[in-house]
Amino acid sequence: MKKILIVDDEPNIVMSLEYTFKKNNFEVFIARDGQEALDIVKSNFPDVIILDVMMPMVDGYATLEQIRKDTNLAHTKVIFLSAKNKASDIEKGMTLGADAYLTKPFSIKKVVDQVLELLN
Amino acid sequence: MNSIILLIILTIYLAILFYIAHWAEKNGNSKWTNNPYVYTLSLAVYCTAWTYYGSIGVAADSGLTYLPVYLGPIIIAPSWILILKKIIRISRVNKISSIADFISLRYGNSRFLGAIVTVICLTGIIPYISLQLKAIAETFHIVTKTSMTSLIFDDTTTYVAIALALFASYYGTRYVDASEKRKGIVTAVAMESVLKLVFFVLIGVYVTFFVFDGFDDIYQKASVLENFKEKNTIGGLPQAINWFLLCILSMFAIFLLPRQFQVSVIENNREKHINTAVWLFPLYLLLFNIFVYPIAWGGNILFDGQEINSDAYSLLIPQLFNNKILTVLVFLGGFSAAISMIVVSSIGLSTMVTNNILIPYNLLGKLKSADTISSKSILNSRKIGIFLLIILSYFIYRYFGLDYNLVSIGMIAFVVISQLAPAFFGALFWRRGSRLGAIYSILMGFIVCLFTLLIPYSVGITNSESTFVSNGYFNIELLKPFQLFGLDYLDPIPHALFWSLLFNSVIYFSVSVSFKGNYRERNYAEMFVDINKYITNHENAFIWKGTAYRNDIEKVLTRFLGEERTKRAMNIFNVKYNVDKDIELADARLIKFSENLLTGHIGTASARILISSVVKEEKITLPEVLKILEESKENIIINKKLTETSNELKVITAKLQEANTSLMVKDQQKDEFLDTVTHELRTPITAIRAASEILHDDDEIPEELKKQFLQNIISESDRLNRLIDKILDLEKFETGKQTIHPTPHNLVETIEKSIEPLQQLIKNKNITIHIESKSKVNAFYDEDRIVQVVTNLLSNAIKFCPETDGLITIQIKEKNNFIHTFVQDNGKGIHSEDFEVIFDKFYQSTNQNIKKPVGSGLGLAICKQIMEYHKGKIWAEPSVKGACIVFTLPKNKNTESS
Repeated sequence: MKKILIVDDEPNIVMSLEYTFKKNNFEVFIARDGQEALDIVKSNFPDVIILDVMMPMVDGYATLEQIRKDTNLAHTKVIFLSAKNKASDIEKGMTLGADAYLTKPFSIKKVVDQVLELLN
Repeated sequence: MNSIILLIILTIYLAILFYIAHWAEKNGNSKWTNNPYVYTLSLAVYCTAWTYYGSIGVAADSGLTYLPVYLGPIIIAPSWILILKKIIRISRVNKISSIADFISLRYGNSRFLGAIVTVICLTGIIPYISLQLKAIAETFHIVTKTSMTSLIFDDTTTYVAIALALFASYYGTRYVDASEKRKGIVTAVAMESVLKLVFFVLIGVYVTFFVFDGFDDIYQKASVLENFKEKNTIGGLPQAINWFLLCILSMFAIFLLPRQFQVSVIENNREKHINTAVWLFPLYLLLFNIFVYPIAWGGNILFDGQEINSDAYSLLIPQLFNNKILTVLVFLGGFSAAISMIVVSSIGLSTMVTNNILIPYNLLGKLKSADTISSKSILNSRKIGIFLLIILSYFIYRYFGLDYNLVSIGMIAFVVISQLAPAFFGALFWRRGSRLGAIYSILMGFIVCLFTLLIPYSVGITNSESTFVSNGYFNIELLKPFQLFGLDYLDPIPHALFWSLLFNSVIYFSVSVSFKGNYRERNYAEMFVDINKYITNHENAFIWKGTAYRNDIEKVLTRFLGEERTKRAMNIFNVKYNVDKDIELADARLIKFSENLLTGHIGTASARILISSVVKEEKITLPEVLKILEESKENIIINKKLTETSNELKVITAKLQEANTSLMVKDQQKDEFLDTVTHELRTPITAIRAASEILHDDDEIPEELKKQFLQNIISESDRLNRLIDKILDLEKFETGKQTIHPTPHNLVETIEKSIEPLQQLIKNKNITIHIESKSKVNAFYDEDRIVQVVTNLLSNAIKFCPETDGLITIQIKEKNNFIHTFVQDNGKGIHSEDFEVIFDKFYQSTNQNIKKPVGSGLGLAICKQIMEYHKGKIWAEPSVKGACIVFTLPKNKNTESS
């Protein structure tokens, strides 16, 4: 069973993602901001992380930077899922080491496809 | 007193003075020599032996008439700030070295006019110098109780005259440039001014308080003397007119006397020294005059009935009481007064004679032809000039009796010099004044002087038999010298002044108006009258047309200034006007510049002639000059306007830059606002879309979860709607489309009303809410809007309250005309650096990717707008625990914003 971590501060969005990935046989972890996410990855080493950018406390970019420093997470795929859709935002996300950048609003199907593609 | 001893004292005294001069010359820039007090004291060269001895004589013989000589300068002194400053400026930029130069330059470098002015000055001043020598001689004999000797070599004055002549010619001609400052002489003169005043006050105090018993005592005793009353009252209108004319006379003298012009204009170092002179000089004169009266009448009392020259009272009184020291001090004071006058006058006159007569009329031919001239020849001619002037005065003193008392000769000199007044003051203020007008007016005034004053007085000196004084010239009744045209109530001096000045000024004005001056006069008229405009670049104001080569001009300059100084001067010129040094042709500015350089050495007229001899000048017509002047005036005005405009532009540019910066900030804020708005809008849409997609695609979804997703869609749609409402709300406030309708309300009720809908939330989080206030607080506001504000603040407070023991306190306080409402929670508080930005729309903490946990981020921005519409304020306050937001509302309708 693959592990997925969903990081977003909007409970209603998280709920949809959680339902869908559970249905697709993922073990789902949830964090409401960057700090929570970093706490979770320390012990759970998810295979995929879906990361929002704008969050309270620690934002998505800073979270990714931390994750990429951790060698234990070398194989973890990270997908940004953000309402920030400017080219410069996407560019920034990718240079920081994201594997994909999807913009909100999103098609759940596409998110699932993207995750599966990365894991194969 | 033994004459040998007195002679030794005199020698020591002179040696000290010479030493001071020597020291000052070496330390020309020290603060001891270069200060307003030395300047002012040097002006006191005005007080000569005539003041020192003569005014006592006048006061004793004819009462108050001695006063106008000092009143005039005292009255006119304040005007120095304007007039003297102007004269100094003109003289400085044009390198003028004497009053003759001043007048001749203004009237178009007129050589003839310079010569006339010089002759007038010589006529007036040489007898005056003689008189000073006479005063020295007479007082010497009084002190030593000897009698005048007929042998030149026995006469002490001979040696004094020679010593002074040497001193003056040495220190008076240190520089070829006569417009250079003579610090040595000036400091010595200032020193003497101190001494003469001190010694005079000393004898005054002695007479008043030691010989007599104070002013009252003298008055008591004097009032019983013969003629006391007549002498001490101004008798009616004629006497008043006499007084008035004498005051005018002395006003002119303080400007025009060559020695005054020398010390006040030529030797002036800093214009601001005038500011001190304006009050200090009148004070000096007043101090000098306090004791004139007591000494004079003290003398009258003591020597009543004796045939004694009242001029000498100040010496005779201490002598009578055998006070030798005081006698000698008084003598030294008088001696100081005399020699400073002699030295300064002779320097001034000698400069005039060489620069305005000798060089332009005689030496110039030689100077032009000679291949090399050392400036020594000019210096020497001046030295010899000074020497000869003093010696000439000495011989006049020796061989003409000069039987008149000190005052009359001094007064005659004043009247003669006053003939320069119309031309001189006209030069300063009247553009139309012309050379011909000046020449004829001075000559006419002088002729009138000659007939009404000089001839009768010289006839008096020679003691020849003559009846024209009583019968009139050519036995014509109307031509009586002292009652010209039947004017019989004026004394001879005011009488002569009246007629000479009348003729003088009438001619000056009428000739000037009738015959226009040439272009050169008109050019200088402009430069003199408008000196303040041309002070920094007066070479630009000089109009000249023709061809001239720099080379030729430099050659002329080199002959007078030497190679090095010429080179230096040319460099200065090139730099000042940004002229290429390789340029061959000279322009008007260089012509004027070179004339200026030479003026100090050889006078204006000669400088002009010399320069003209190497350049080819074309005549310019007067209309042309006027046109150019008009243009240059316009240029100056345009320049001024340009400067003003460019200054304005600078201000506007600065403002624009400021506006631009704020626009850029606003633009960035707008971008951020849009960014945030889209993000905020996308978030609920995202949630709605995701939930809808699941509901659409997934048929196996459990019923309960399905309901939950649908509920999410509903709440997110509501959120979306609220957000849009708020954005529109804010937009209305910001563009001024929103209106509010304030009416009086009880704020406590309004707050309670706002809490009501939130009760459920408050209960859920277990928050205690606490209102500290009177039960009724009246304020003036739009209730719906204030409910909106309070709701917003409370929602935030509720959100921030900790999960347990949440506490919200609302305090209402009255301050001045405003009601302050404090909303305080016990949450994590607000960083003080965020106190202001939280009221910005979509405030994001410093990192723009960090979200603030409060809803839309528009709430506080809207609150701020609402408060501003109410003329109230809203702000965050530091607080020990939690956040504290305060807003204010006016108590009633008319309260102004505080």
